[in-house]
Amino acid sequence: MVIQCAIIFGCLALGELIVWLTGIKLPSSMIGMLLLTALLHFRVIRLEWVEGMANFLVKNLGFFFVPAAVSLMLFFDIIKAQWIPILLASALSTMLVIVVTGWVHQLMRKLMGGGSHGIFR
Amino acid sequence: MEYLDNMYFLLALTFVVYAASQILQLRTGWTILNPILVSAVVIIAFLKFTGVSIDTYNEGGRLIEFWLKPAVVALGVPLYKELSAIRKQLLPLIASELAGCVVGIISVVLVAQLLGATKDVVLSLAAKSVTTPIAMEVTRAVGGIPSLTAAVVICVGIFGGMTGFRVMKLTRIGSPIAQGLSMGTAAHAMGTSRAMDVSGKYGAFASLGLTINGIFTALLTPTILDLLGVI
Repeated sequence: MVIQCAIIFGCLALGELIVWLTGIKLPSSMIGMLLLTALLHFRVIRLEWVEGMANFLVKNLGFFFVPAAVSLMLFFDIIKAQWIPILLASALSTMLVIVVTGWVHQLMRKLMGGGSHGIFR
Repeated sequence: MEYLDNMYFLLALTFVVYAASQILQLRTGWTILNPILVSAVVIIAFLKFTGVSIDTYNEGGRLIEFWLKPAVVALGVPLYKELSAIRKQLLPLIASELAGCVVGIISVVLVAQLLGATKDVVLSLAAKSVTTPIAMEVTRAVGGIPSLTAAVVICVGIFGGMTGFRVMKLTRIGSPIAQGLSMGTAAHAMGTSRAMDVSGKYGAFASLGLTINGIFTALLTPTILDLLGVI
């Protein structure tokens, strides 16, 4: 457990360091995620060193959002003033993003021969 | 009732309410009973009713929120497991992410303008699909209200998580990769957590979607807003 935490927090700390050094406008956690993927891929660390903790965290991702969702009550006033455009535009646009991303991906795969016969296999 | 301010009590309450919400959704199978949404509504009602302040709640809340960053790092594990699948279809991935990013920004801006939102609100909505730190940073850069963006990002995450799979069923988006990708692209880590409920493969592509869309949104939002004449 301690080793697993060391790896995950190590990647996060490296992400923080990269943000601090470069001033790059990306979240440290996203950089840490890519670092962890890279370390696993280049076999610097082994999957079993980190898998248990990672599965635990990933499975409970939704729970970690609860306090942020509770904090929404702080913003009721800002949202209330223009709630119709804010909620309708966000909802409509979110559904559009889902549909467009999915369709373009399926279309591209079909165009490229798709599945196991694609040029990327 | 000073006891209600006790941090451990409020933490326990959060665990219990979330566990109950999960069971409630499992039993009913109703999409609207999203555990994050139900928990937030119950806890907000509790705070309003008892008069416990949000600052007091957040003393414990911070400890839960603390795990958000390590949990995002941990998404590197499912991502690693799907690396070979990702490399085989780099082009479809990039193309669909680009389309999703651009459509997401343009559509939210146009609809909000059409419905009469003021300029600062429109600017705050542009980056609504991506994870909070990126979205707030983009809003700051284009001159919107970052805290409004933070609120909208959470709403989008809840909404995307709730409706995503239903929307994809109606629009015949059936491949696991496209489904996972769409969830992460449209609803960041909250959509990813919903995709992870289905399987690790869905979750891996959702993590990819949230990452690539995060980067595209950070890079493209100012230019798109400029082209739309909003800034």
